[in-house]
Amino acid sequence: MTNRSPSPIILLGTRFLSPYIMVFGFYVIFHGHYSPGGGFQGGTLLAVSLLLIRIASGTQIANLQFKDYLATPYAALGVVIYFGTGLVAMIMGGYFLDYEQLPIPGLEAADLRYWGILIIELGIGLTVMTVLTLIYDNMVKGEDYA
Amino acid sequence: MFWQLELILFIFLLITALIALESKDLLVAAVMLTLFSFLMALLFTTMGAVDVGFTEAVVGAGVTGILLIVAIYQTTYKTED
Repeated sequence: MTNRSPSPIILLGTRFLSPYIMVFGFYVIFHGHYSPGGGFQGGTLLAVSLLLIRIASGTQIANLQFKDYLATPYAALGVVIYFGTGLVAMIMGGYFLDYEQLPIPGLEAADLRYWGILIIELGIGLTVMTVLTLIYDNMVKGEDYA
Repeated sequence: MFWQLELILFIFLLITALIALESKDLLVAAVMLTLFSFLMALLFTTMGAVDVGFTEAVVGAGVTGILLIVAIYQTTYKTED
């Protein structure tokens, strides 16, 4: 963003606040299957913690936290995790996203559903985080920010 | 929930919406829309829809405010009408 007069207080405050928002985002993702929240909300919280650094300090400091050219590959990786889980369950003889058929040894059907939902929520969170960061980066591109 | 609390939230919701509509400074309008989203999230939570309220608080009061402020920085602060 337009960082005409960089304020060290704002930079220090956002650097203090950003990891706590990120930890809360991970909490929401990992508790998504038995409490409110899930992949979308947790991914949005992770994106907010990245955008906070991006809006307070320019791209040079923000690139130390999350490189902007990594956004598109990570978004594609999240989609691959989601559809890969569903298609593996389909190949093993079930329906699409039928978690009971996932080939993880030593787990019962209930545990397989538990872990399957966690895996696809990690994929959703990764995609939502990177796509929201990508939207911000493309909105401010072309301007002399920091 | 107590109906008095919901009435206060609805009154503030109307106030923030009217300020966001009538303000000449677009930055004020963006901040008021963020406040509108947060009050809307509180109302969703009082109605028992915790998941919807959570999504509204995160998306409406978090990301949308940042994107609106970026759009204002790219264009202009004052409205023409």
